[in-house]
Amino acid sequence: MIEILKERKNQVFEKGKSAYDIGCEQSSAAGSVSQRACVFCGSRVVLYPIADAVHIVHGPVGCAAYTWDIRGSMSSGPELHRLSFSTDLKEKDVIFGGEKKLYNSLLYLIERYSPNAVFVYSTCIIGIIGDDVEAVCRRVSKENGIPVLPVHSEGFRGTKKDGYRSACEVLLKLTGTGDVSDVRKNSINILGEFNLAGEAWIIRKYYKDMGIQVTATLTGDGRINDIRKAHGASLNVVQCSGSMTYLAQMMEREFGIPYIRVSYFGMEDVARALYDVARHFNDEDILEKARKIVTDNMTLLLPELKKYKEKLQGKKAAIYVGGAFKAFSLIKILRYLGIDVVLAGSQTGNKDDYELLREMCDEGTIIVDDSNPLELSKYVQEKKADLIIGGVKERPIAYKLGIGFCDHNHERKIPLAGFEGMLNFTKEIYRSVMSPVWRFMPGR
Amino acid sequence: MLLRHTPKEIKERTAITINPAKTCQPIGAMYASLGIHGCLPHSHGSQGCCAYHRSTLTRHYKEPVMAATSSFTEGASVFGGQANLVQAINNIFTVYNPDIIAVHTTCLSETIGDDIPQIVAKAMTDGKIPDGKYVIHANTPSYAGSHVTGFGSMVKAMVDYFSENTAGKREVYNLIPGYVEPSDMEEVKRLANEMKIDSIMFPDTSGILNGPQTGRFEMFPEGGVSINDLKLTGDSAATIALGKLSSEPAARALDTKCKVPYKLLDIPIGFLATDRLIMAMQDLAGTTVPYSIELERGRMMDMITDMQQYLHGKRVALSADPDQLIPLVEFLISIGMDPVHIVTGTPGKKTEKRLRELTSGMKSEANIKVGANADLFLLHQWIKNDPVDLLIGNTYLKYIARDEDISMVRFGFPILDRVGHSYFPTVGYRGGMRLIEMILNALLDAKDRKSPDESFELVM
Repeated sequence: MIEILKERKNQVFEKGKSAYDIGCEQSSAAGSVSQRACVFCGSRVVLYPIADAVHIVHGPVGCAAYTWDIRGSMSSGPELHRLSFSTDLKEKDVIFGGEKKLYNSLLYLIERYSPNAVFVYSTCIIGIIGDDVEAVCRRVSKENGIPVLPVHSEGFRGTKKDGYRSACEVLLKLTGTGDVSDVRKNSINILGEFNLAGEAWIIRKYYKDMGIQVTATLTGDGRINDIRKAHGASLNVVQCSGSMTYLAQMMEREFGIPYIRVSYFGMEDVARALYDVARHFNDEDILEKARKIVTDNMTLLLPELKKYKEKLQGKKAAIYVGGAFKAFSLIKILRYLGIDVVLAGSQTGNKDDYELLREMCDEGTIIVDDSNPLELSKYVQEKKADLIIGGVKERPIAYKLGIGFCDHNHERKIPLAGFEGMLNFTKEIYRSVMSPVWRFMPGR
Repeated sequence: MLLRHTPKEIKERTAITINPAKTCQPIGAMYASLGIHGCLPHSHGSQGCCAYHRSTLTRHYKEPVMAATSSFTEGASVFGGQANLVQAINNIFTVYNPDIIAVHTTCLSETIGDDIPQIVAKAMTDGKIPDGKYVIHANTPSYAGSHVTGFGSMVKAMVDYFSENTAGKREVYNLIPGYVEPSDMEEVKRLANEMKIDSIMFPDTSGILNGPQTGRFEMFPEGGVSINDLKLTGDSAATIALGKLSSEPAARALDTKCKVPYKLLDIPIGFLATDRLIMAMQDLAGTTVPYSIELERGRMMDMITDMQQYLHGKRVALSADPDQLIPLVEFLISIGMDPVHIVTGTPGKKTEKRLRELTSGMKSEANIKVGANADLFLLHQWIKNDPVDLLIGNTYLKYIARDEDISMVRFGFPILDRVGHSYFPTVGYRGGMRLIEMILNALLDAKDRKSPDESFELVM
């Protein structure tokens, strides 16, 4: 039996057992083995998929090394984003400042790679030594005629969410600077889709088949010039609400572009996303095309799912993901498959997210914010889960406990979005949960 | 062509590092800390550092990696991290109840000037450290050294905090294994055992980062050096330190503090370095080399002679950490291979000097770069100008392997895409045999794949 940190007592609830007033959006208790990351991490994951830009990490080498090509965001063209660039600051730079090193680094990279833009990420130490990154960027931008954009991502300046916000602010600077003459009336931007395992390509195809132009995908398989003309689109369609709703709000204010929030995980949510977008355009032809996409896909999908559904009935799953929005979709998917959700948690959910989560969950489900390995393993065992859905740090915990695992984070290897994704996801959890290896685990 | 962006033409670089061949100190300190039994590593910095280190170690070891963080905020960065660390110490002992917390610093906490011993003393005065529990620390700013020196600093901290002279000298030998895999640590212990030497190995991550499937999640798995053994290191007859950067600081500190003399050796990669280890064990402890070890060595030599024709003259490009790189280069040369391009991001003039000495007898001078701008971008450029038959290094070399269609042996840290390194050693004679096997498989698989039909051979 483990204790819950006193500071964390209001971040863990069992539905139906206690009054529900979850504490969230707090910084983690010091000393907690939190699964969370930092501001830099938030900015880096949002901007990283932009493939024709140079992403330079200004600071000591670690931050660049640990984020080198770990996210699997695919590009259909340039692969600049998969390289690791660091100013690799040393002690003397920390004392005398790193501006000159940054300047020289930028010149070298721009000459070498001719990128369409450069993102300069500030790490913790930059915030302390006080380099004027803005000034260096302005100068280099002026000298080279491309956007050189400082990203305020000092790790200690908040949580991962604050990093999302910094990234959105940078993206906002790019929008409104491109020529929109080729942007059609029926045009959207896809926000919060990072093309992990090629998911953006699946989503883009749906919209194309509906007769809708996708002006920019932010940021999966992203290109600077597309982002520069994103303000020409007439609707922002936001997935992964945590990371990019802020940009959508800013673009609404600045350019009058409305936005809707969607999810592409699970057939129910994909269908709703396509219909919501179609309805926005108030065009019977688009709606009809959306209907056709949904019907065609469902006709293929449902008989396939049936095979797995029978086998997965009554299995139990624990969900621990970054943003709460993903948890909503997962709960719906799992419920459809006949899998009980015994734990649902997120690293960064807010009050509204957790209220919705509570409504969606069954009695007895554990709901948790900013959890840690001890808590997770405790509840997974108590609730006899057969599966954890999470990210890199949860994977070995699941395997040590001798249960299945599905990575719904950076390390997904197959697309989990769209109708295809629904089937892929089902197959993946089927393969993991039903693997014969669990029979040989100690204690079985 | 992922690295299509790498141009062949080499231009002098002064500032930028592209595709680094190193990472920062704190992760090495975290890894070393995990080699103490019942220890929770603690990162005194922003939350991201700890998350990145845990993720990277998890990807490399496929094991849960536990560590806590001070979760720095804006306030902590202005007013200092004392409150955070004191609260962290309190929370950690209350909830996770480790025997010991090993604190390492980060670039952030170093730059704002947090004084860890003073903060720990405050935690002690405030009664936040229960009786019989310990908090140790190492200074590991990310802007100095690399993951290797971070490891070395935390190992030294184990000496600084624990080693003592107690009951007089004992016929026990300290083994400091260097920044190697848990499997390698096991193998060095096994060799000592075969040599009938009583030893204390520190740190010792075997059992912790290559643990068995138990059906349970253990916050503190079996394995790791005990605190009691760490204290006793001061009474040992001598220390064998493997690897200058990762082990000598601790060995020297132990000599100064407790008058335990040390012998600095290379990490035993290849038969020459392993011979030196075995000889040192023999000399120090006055034991004789048993037949079992002669047998292992004989088998390794047999394997090398059987297959020398496939090794001799093959050109190799390498990227690894200095303590591994030096014996590895020596080994490759000893079996007739030519290590022609060598980089390591970890700075050190002595590393470069030894690598130059080792390669001085080669047909042409090797390309060697150590420290600043010694990165995989440069290595790739060298290879483009002067192709090789084989790559040896961590997972990040796979981009070059793919783009240039060169066989690759995964070696070092991190390995993010294969398993085996945590279970099967590359040190000692047996480990050397595994290295030979991996090298031959890589070369011969390529030969099988690339040979035209007429020269495709059944027997090799």
